Amino acid sequence: MIETNSNSMTYDVEKIRSDFPVLNQQVHGKPLVYLDNAATSQKPQAVIDSLVHYYANDNANIHRGVHTLSERATLAYENARKTVQVFLNASSEKEIVFTRGATEAINLVANGVAEYISAGDEILITAMEHHSNIVPWQMLCEKTGAILKVAPIDEHGELLLEEFEALISKKTKFAALSHMSNALGTINPIKSLINLLHLSGVPVLIDGAQAIPHIPVDVQALGCEFYVFSGHKLYAPTGIGALYGQLEQLEKMVPYQGGGDMISMVTFDKTVYSKVPYKFEAGTPNIAGTIGLGAAIDYITQVGIDAIAAHENSLLEHAVEQSKSIKKLRIIGTAKNKGAILSFVLDGIHPHDIGTMMDHQGIAVRAGHHCAMPVMDFFGVPATARASFAMYNTHEEVDALMAGIENLIEMFG
Amino acid sequence: MLDDLRDLYQEVIFDHNRNPRNFRAMDDADRQIDGFNPLCGDRLTLFIKVNDGKIIDASFQGQGCAISTASASLMTDIIKGQTEEEAQELFELFHKMATGEPVEMDDLGKLAVLAGVCEYPARVKCATLPWHTLDALLKGSEEPVTTE
Repeated sequence: MIETNSNSMTYDVEKIRSDFPVLNQQVHGKPLVYLDNAATSQKPQAVIDSLVHYYANDNANIHRGVHTLSERATLAYENARKTVQVFLNASSEKEIVFTRGATEAINLVANGVAEYISAGDEILITAMEHHSNIVPWQMLCEKTGAILKVAPIDEHGELLLEEFEALISKKTKFAALSHMSNALGTINPIKSLINLLHLSGVPVLIDGAQAIPHIPVDVQALGCEFYVFSGHKLYAPTGIGALYGQLEQLEKMVPYQGGGDMISMVTFDKTVYSKVPYKFEAGTPNIAGTIGLGAAIDYITQVGIDAIAAHENSLLEHAVEQSKSIKKLRIIGTAKNKGAILSFVLDGIHPHDIGTMMDHQGIAVRAGHHCAMPVMDFFGVPATARASFAMYNTHEEVDALMAGIENLIEMFG
Repeated sequence: MLDDLRDLYQEVIFDHNRNPRNFRAMDDADRQIDGFNPLCGDRLTLFIKVNDGKIIDASFQGQGCAISTASASLMTDIIKGQTEEEAQELFELFHKMATGEPVEMDDLGKLAVLAGVCEYPARVKCATLPWHTLDALLKGSEEPVTTE
């Protein structure tokens, strides 16, 4: 694979590309330029192979059979938990709960903390959250009578830190913040935000869905109570994600769902739940997906998350620089610290038309509200077009993006 | 490079997008209704004035892509002077065309420029949003229309 070390990096993007079979195709007669990575990333052969291997050799249910296949499946599943633990630097693998994705993880936590939220309490989020980090908290507020507080952002898409701090009070009982905005690319100073919240004893959930493929995460250094992410944005299959929760937090939360695999004893009078993390993993889980997640993390670790981040930052810089020559283009989200996302609008051209016209040139970008309607409202646009970069994108693809934009501006006349 | 997109983006569509006809609020409208495509955020408000079963004026406001703007522009133009029944029939016909069912193109007149949309499943709703909104309006609904 890729040889990297901390001092001299040789980032062989062509070698990486060859590990992703889906990239090797034409769309509308043009080479595919896949720039919709913030929606979902492509999967390396190693991940695809891990799924095939599991189903071809080890498929069995976990945590119950005494037979060989079940033992193998259980081992592979639990190894993936260990892999996630190491990747996030959690202190124990018990702190890793597998979920369907970041959305389910947030819902799980919102359900669990509802126990200690009362009417009049406040939940703090930011104005740049994805719907998945808004709606579960609205539902919690509806259920408990708590109030949702939203920390505002400025015209660059940066959080207003003083306003954020001013919103923290004795009433604040929980905070849920995105690590990196999917619509704007903004990377929040979450370490400082967590520290601020902890001064008032407020537990924090960090939505890492967008950050996790781009930023090294150390949950112990961050000190957050919860960190959630989805596998599919991290080169893993869809339908698998993880919740990191500090052990004591997880232990005091009620289960999210009841069923098999989350109990230690059931009678019709009473059920004793399993220990953490199993009490949150009711039913037969996505075993193959979990194994695929482990394989994806192994792949990323081999390439090196720092090397990936450096490569993507260089792509973003190139894109921002190139976009300056397109007069009709306005970038939405110009935070100083931002990840490899270029959200933009073109004067007089609706993002959907951009999406179709780019697709016709083989270039996959997202057009829409990016599940962040409040962000669109703030910037006064119905939608944006968004190019988002991953470890396998190249500078030539950025050039193709810009040429594609020029072409469609010309067509629109 | 983009020439093969011309079946979708005909010049007429660009023209209606740049200069949408009947793009105005109507203060004395007899009926009005909002249409919304939650998937993409396109939204419009449709206004009509009816006299003796006949649509004597139609207009719209809102924001959307070139396809939905042109579709609303063409629609408001064509239904003016039609009876409510005729407009309803045209909705059925347009819907068939946009979803790729066989129709007699001559019956659609100017609307035929949007026929290319049936080849672009992701864009069909852009073209049909104004028409679904009209359909609801003709059926007497006041609830906002969504394409979902």
